[in-house]
Amino acid sequence: MELLLVSVLNGLLYGMLLFMLASGLTLIFSIMGVLNFAHASLYMLGAYFAYEISRRVGFWVALVIAPLLCGLLGALIETYGLRKAHRHGHVAELLFTFGLAFIVEKLVLMVWGPTAVPYRVPPELDFTLFSVYGTHVSAYRGFILLISAAMFAAIWLLLTRTRMGFVIQASLSHPDMVASLGHNVPRVFTTVFAGGAALAGLAGVIGGNYLVTEPAMAFSMGPIVFVVVVFGGLGSLAGCFIASLIMGFVQTFAVVLDISPADLLARLGVAVTPATPLAEVLRVPLPRIGPFLPFLLMVFMLLVRPRGLLGTRDT
Amino acid sequence: MTLQLTRLHAYYGKSHVLHGINLDVGEGEIVALLGRNGVGRSTTCKAIMGLVAAKGSIAYRGHNLLGLRPDQIARLGIGYVPEDRQVFPTLTLRQNLELGLKRAGRFGRWRLEDIYALFPNLRSRQNVAAGQLSGGEQQMLAISRSLMGDPDLIVVDEPTEGLAPKLVEQVREMLCEIARRGAAILLIEQKLTIALQISHRVYVMGHGRVVFEGTPGEFAKDDSVRRQWLEV
Repeated sequence: MELLLVSVLNGLLYGMLLFMLASGLTLIFSIMGVLNFAHASLYMLGAYFAYEISRRVGFWVALVIAPLLCGLLGALIETYGLRKAHRHGHVAELLFTFGLAFIVEKLVLMVWGPTAVPYRVPPELDFTLFSVYGTHVSAYRGFILLISAAMFAAIWLLLTRTRMGFVIQASLSHPDMVASLGHNVPRVFTTVFAGGAALAGLAGVIGGNYLVTEPAMAFSMGPIVFVVVVFGGLGSLAGCFIASLIMGFVQTFAVVLDISPADLLARLGVAVTPATPLAEVLRVPLPRIGPFLPFLLMVFMLLVRPRGLLGTRDT
Repeated sequence: MTLQLTRLHAYYGKSHVLHGINLDVGEGEIVALLGRNGVGRSTTCKAIMGLVAAKGSIAYRGHNLLGLRPDQIARLGIGYVPEDRQVFPTLTLRQNLELGLKRAGRFGRWRLEDIYALFPNLRSRQNVAAGQLSGGEQQMLAISRSLMGDPDLIVVDEPTEGLAPKLVEQVREMLCEIARRGAAILLIEQKLTIALQISHRVYVMGHGRVVFEGTPGEFAKDDSVRRQWLEV
């Protein structure tokens, strides 16, 4: 029971952080057709910016400024980089963002060094909110949940209640038509890219001190965010949200549930002996395959339902 | 002259689709562009809207459209109804119409009420997601959405394709009403009867070129054009 409750909470937290990253990526991917490899780099920069700002003027300033800096960076990347690369097709765009991800990683290594920086949870939020079965739940976890839930609500309202949201939704399916009605689609692209970058930055600000702020954080987070986007389906924020939570839970539970397929078969009354075909494989415990379980799910999804959970078109 | 295409060439990737089109549309005029499938009629529309790469000249009220973005072209007063309608599926009918406005709340000669008066069934469906509408309703919506932007020239690609006879009649009335309110129409149409009834001038295209130009009367007299370029 204790394990379950704590794991649910951890899974939810991780899922919400994933969603903050994936929501921006899925909008960018759906509207512009660009799989932005540098998206997680903005998450990393958000964390480092927050570290620098919070040790000078405090965490609360960082919470506002760091995402804005990432958003500005996103706007610059889109206007002066992607838009130029776009003229040479999707492969050029892809390679551009790929290169950008490496440049950011090397820059971070040069500026902040190879080890993690001491970006800490702010003291105001560093206390125990409540305890269940002897496990302490920190106030900061509650704060992460609050911020990410507020962001989800804000994006949802923006997309479903405002004219700008309608233009973005329309651009998901028919960007040429949106342009033919007189809307400046390149500007919509820049706005969405900057917004996605700011969200990734915000995820870095609140995730960097909860997890760890180090040069490898972009490349450890990047692939799982892609999985969420593909699994959830292109063009669907709701699918992205569900996929984020699923991947959050999968990753959390895969670590704590120490069972293997053989154990499950044993429950069904089938004993796995060394003579059983694939016995070696069946005895692999869940925590060992945990890290690639999301990728397994993605491959499975692409095979049975290429458009993802709630996608509006094929990947 | 509202719109004037001169020696227009257009390309889809590497394929050369239009081979020097000359075509013009006057103020308030309805011009039909006929031809078999694949001769470049839709490409002509897309070239006017800046959606495909083109060379030559497209002049509209003293502006050169070549090199402009589609939204800039739209803001000069050109509306476009594509062949595949392209309604925004997740938005409601009404939200689709509102996106036709170039600025929120700024109506021109067409208000929502005008649209609903012409197509009464759209009013009852205004809160339905456009993806759920029937093909006919989507076509009415696509035309109406372009009108919300108050164009002085509207390019309509195959508006009656796949519609039931009653709906075809509604589209015909709609086009006449657009012309009555002073906008010019460039109409791509497969159904000869409608095109000849409502248009002032007719162009026929073949193999990426204009092969006939004249009034509906002249077209009706010249049977060879019809046989060579239109009948299958």
